[in-house]
Amino acid sequence: MEWIKKMLDGDKRACAKLITAAENNPEEAEKIIREIHTHTGNAHVIGITGPPGAGKSTLTDKVVKHLVDEGKRVGIIAVDPTSPYSGGSILGDRIRMQDLALNPNVFIRSMGTRGYLGGLSKYTKNALKILDAAGYDYIIIETVGVGQSEVDIVKIADTILMVMVPGLGDDIQSIKAGIMEIGDIFVINKSDLFGADRTATEVNMMLDLTMNMERRPPVVKVVASKNEGIENLIQEIKSHIEYLKESGELDKRRKNNMKLEVVELIETELRKIVISHTDKENKLDSRVMEILNKEKNIYEVRDEFLKSIKN
Amino acid sequence: MLNNEELSKIKTARENWEEKVLNKTLEKSPESKEEFRSVSGATVERLYTPEDVADIDYVEEIGYPGQYPFTRGCQPTMYRGKNWTMRMYAGFATAEESNERYKYLVSQGSTGLSVAFDLPTQIGYDSDHSLAQGEVGKVGVAIDSLKDMEILFNGIPLDKVSTSMTINAPAAVLLAMYIAVGEKQGVSADKLRGTIQNDILKEYIARGTYIFPTEPSMRLITNIFEYCSKEVPKWNTISISGYHIREAGSTAAQEVGFTLADGIAYVEAAIKAGLDVDTFAPRLSFFFNSHNDLFEEVAKFRAARRLWAKIMKERFHAKSEKSMMLKFHTQTAGCTLTAQQPDNNIIRVAMQALAAVLGGTQSLHTNSRDEALALPTTDSVTIALRTQQIIASETGVTNTIDPLAGSYFVEAKTKEIEDKAMEYISKIDDLGGAARAIDLGYIQKEISDSAYKYQMEIESLDRIVVGVNKYQVKEESPKGLLKVDPIVGEMQTKKIQDVKAARNNDAVKSRLEALRTACQGTENVMPFILDAVKEYATLGEICQVMRDVFGEYEQAVLL
Amino acid sequence: MSKIIRVLVAKPGLDGHDRGAKVIARALRDAGMEVIYTGLRQTPEQIVAAAIQEDVDVVGMSLLSGAHNYLFPRVVELLKEQGADDILVIGGGVIPDDDIPGLKEAGIAEIFTPGTTTTEMIEFIKNNIKDN
Repeated sequence: MEWIKKMLDGDKRACAKLITAAENNPEEAEKIIREIHTHTGNAHVIGITGPPGAGKSTLTDKVVKHLVDEGKRVGIIAVDPTSPYSGGSILGDRIRMQDLALNPNVFIRSMGTRGYLGGLSKYTKNALKILDAAGYDYIIIETVGVGQSEVDIVKIADTILMVMVPGLGDDIQSIKAGIMEIGDIFVINKSDLFGADRTATEVNMMLDLTMNMERRPPVVKVVASKNEGIENLIQEIKSHIEYLKESGELDKRRKNNMKLEVVELIETELRKIVISHTDKENKLDSRVMEILNKEKNIYEVRDEFLKSIKN
Repeated sequence: MLNNEELSKIKTARENWEEKVLNKTLEKSPESKEEFRSVSGATVERLYTPEDVADIDYVEEIGYPGQYPFTRGCQPTMYRGKNWTMRMYAGFATAEESNERYKYLVSQGSTGLSVAFDLPTQIGYDSDHSLAQGEVGKVGVAIDSLKDMEILFNGIPLDKVSTSMTINAPAAVLLAMYIAVGEKQGVSADKLRGTIQNDILKEYIARGTYIFPTEPSMRLITNIFEYCSKEVPKWNTISISGYHIREAGSTAAQEVGFTLADGIAYVEAAIKAGLDVDTFAPRLSFFFNSHNDLFEEVAKFRAARRLWAKIMKERFHAKSEKSMMLKFHTQTAGCTLTAQQPDNNIIRVAMQALAAVLGGTQSLHTNSRDEALALPTTDSVTIALRTQQIIASETGVTNTIDPLAGSYFVEAKTKEIEDKAMEYISKIDDLGGAARAIDLGYIQKEISDSAYKYQMEIESLDRIVVGVNKYQVKEESPKGLLKVDPIVGEMQTKKIQDVKAARNNDAVKSRLEALRTACQGTENVMPFILDAVKEYATLGEICQVMRDVFGEYEQAVLL
Repeated sequence: MSKIIRVLVAKPGLDGHDRGAKVIARALRDAGMEVIYTGLRQTPEQIVAAAIQEDVDVVGMSLLSGAHNYLFPRVVELLKEQGADDILVIGGGVIPDDDIPGLKEAGIAEIFTPGTTTTEMIEFIKNNIKDN
C-alpha cells in the first residue's frame, strides 16, 4: 500500500488515512498490521486515565510539551465516548492541546469509543500500532473518563498515570477497587485547590493498604494548567520506565499482553466459525428446543456442534 | 396579600367558573395546545388570579420605587423624573469613521455614547498582529494607542457625555486611555462619567474575548474597583452582563442566576482584596438582554432587582442602599433578529424595547433591523433610535412607575424567576463559586443545553419564527449593507508605525518594565498602565507584558 | 460496515460566539457523525493540521465577525497545499449574500446563513462528502 510507505516516511496524512482505514474496516486493519508489524514495538506507551473533570487533556498537553522539548516525537490518542443513541460523538480533547497541533513532532488523533466498553475504542490498539510504526517515541493514550471501567488501558500501556483531583466528591472511595491498582503513578492534578492534601493523603493511605505490590506507585502533585509539577512527573515517568526495563517487568507485561491479544484474535475467529455453524439452517434454534423439551441436555448439544466444527 | 376569608371566596368563585363556564367551552373546543410555554420554556397557566400571589407580602417583596428591595425600580420617580439613557452601541473601522457616527448620534438625540471595539482590540492585539488579519475594524473600532482614542473622541467634550465601553480583558488599558484623553481635553478624572464592561467571567462563559487566566483577571478587576473609587468616582467600574449569556441560549432564569452569581464572585473578590463593600458596590452596574417574551422579560428585570438587593443586604451586609440597587443597561436580543424579511426586526425590537422600559431599565440600546446581515447602516440605526423615542414620547408607558406591578401574572412570574435564579446560585455556591463552576464547564453546559433545545423546537415547528419557519417569502438579497473596507487593517498598521516613530521609545520601554514589575508584585497596576498609555505604548505592547506575567486563559468546553 | 462521517467543527479567527458552532456539533453527533470540536481562536494553520491528523471528511467553520473573506479561503488554500483538497469545506455565520459567490469560487462548497436548519446542513454533508 502506498499510504504505508508514506507513513513510514513520516507523512502525517498517510498516518491519519491508515488509522481511518483500520478504524472502519477490519480486513484493511489486518492488511495494514501485517505489513507494519516489523516496525512496531519501539514506542513507550503511556496511558492517562481518571475520572471526568480531572484535567486529563490539559495534563497530556503539558506532559507532551516536555517530551517534545527533549526532542522526542509523540503521538496522542484521545478517546471520548460515543453516544449510544446516535452512534455519533463529540471529540473535544484537542481544545486543550492547541499549541501542539502545529508541532511537527506531534500527532494527535481523537477517537470515539464506538460502542466499546472499557474506556478505549476497539480500534485504539490498531491506531497505536500505526503510530508506533510511524516512529513516535512516546504514545500517549487518554482514556474516556468514566471512573469505573477503563481497565482496558492495562492491556496496551506500559506506564499508567491515574489522575485524581480534589473536590470531586468522595472520588477515591467511589473508584472501584481494581481500578486503583492499575496506576503506576498517581497524579493529583489541580493541587492548588482546597482539599488537595487530603486527596493525596487518602491515595497514600490506600496505597499503603495494598500490600501485594512489587513497586509502590509514587503520588505526584501537579497543577497542569499552570505547568507546575510537570517536571517532577516526567522524572517519575522516566524512573518507571527504567524500573520496567531493569526488573524485566516491561518484557513480562508486553509478553502477557501479546498473549492476551493473540488469544483474543483466535477467539474472534473461532467465534465466527461457531456462529456460522450454529446459524446454518437454524440449527441452534432446533437444538435449543430439544434442550427445553428435555430431549437432550446442553452438553450433548455442545458436543454435537464441536464434532461438526471439527469435521 | 389577602386575608383567608377573601382568598377562600376567590377560590370558590374560581372552582365555580371552572365547572360552569370553562369546562363547557373546553368540551366544545379544546385549546390549541396542551401546554403553553414561555420563550424560556417555563409553563404558563391559563389564568393567574389572586391565589397565585397570595404568598407575596406587598411591603416586604414589592414595596416602593427607590426603596429596598427595589422591585418597582431604582429611583423614586423613575421616568417621570428623567427618561432612560438612549445609548446606541456603535463603532466600526477606524477611529475617524466612528467619531463621525458618534457626532451624528449625539446630534439626533442620543444621550450617551457606547463604544464597540474590534476583536483584536478586545483580545489585546495590535492591528498589525498576525492573528488580527481580516479582523481589524470589523465588529467595532480598532484602537491601538492613545492616538486612536484621541481621534475617537475628537470634538466630543468628555465632561458632557457619558461613555460606555464594551471592553473586558484589557478594560484597564482602555479606561486609562480615556482618562488620558480627558486630561488632554482639560477634564479631570473625577468628572468623567461612563461604564466599562470589565466582566471577564461572562467572557469565559459566553462571549469569548478573554485573555488572562481567572486569578490575574480578577485582580485586574479589583484593581480597577479600588482605583476608580478614589480617582474616577463617577465611573461605573463593571457592567455585569447577562446579555451574552442569554445570547448564547440561556433561559431568562439562567440569565438572572448566572449573572448574579458572577456579581457575587466580583463582590467576594473585592472584599477579599480588602475593599469595604459600600465603597465599590454602588458603582457596580448590570447589563441584561430583552428577549421576545414581553411579560417574562418584565418579570425577569423585576426579579433581578429584588434578588440582588437581598444578596447585597443579607449575604454581604451592605449598609448603603446604593449598594443594594441593581441598575442596568438593556440591549434588545440580537439572537432574535432574522436575516429573512429584515424589516420584521423593527417590530421585534420595538416590543423588546417596550419590555425593557416596563422593566425599569436605566439605559437602552435598540438593535438595528439589518444586524443579522452586517453592521447596521446609518438609516437602520436611526430607526432603532426612533423606536426608543416613540416609546418615550408617544405611548404613555412612562407616565406611571412600574405599570405591570400587581398583575397576578407578572408578580407570580417575578417570584418564579427569582426562585429559579436562586436555585442556580445555590448550585454554583455548592460547586465553589462562579469561577470554579465555569472551570468545571457547568454554566456553559447548562446554557448550551438550553440553546440546543431552543433550536430543535424551531426545527420541529414547536416554536414559530415569522419569516423563518412560517410565513416565508422568496426574497431578493438586501442591498446597501454596510461594508468595512479591508484597507482599514493597512491604515491602522501605518498609524502604529507613525506612532512608534514619533514617541519616546526609551520612556515606553521603562514604563513597560515598571508595569511588568507591578504585575509580578501585588500593587495596583492601574497607575502603571496609565503611565505607559500616556507615553503611547500600544495596547498590544501593554497586554503582551501582562500575558508574559499572567499567562493565558484556557477555555473549558463541555458539550 | 459503513464508514462513520467525521467532521471538524472550527471557530476560526478571534470571534468568540460559539452558540451556533456548539448547536451544530450536537446536531451532527445526534445524526451519527463524529465531531471534532477544536474550540475558539483557531488559525487556518491549526484548522488544517487538525483536519489532516483527524482525517475528517468535512471541515465546517462558523464565524460572525466578518473576517470570513480572509479566513475561509485561507483554509481551502492550505488544505490544497497539503494535498487534502478532497475534504469538503463549508462555512456559516453572518455572511452577506454578496460575499457568497466569491467564497464558493475560492472552494467553499456551501455557505449557511442564519435561519438554516441543522437538518439542511446534515443533508448537505451526507450528499456531498467525497468518497475515497
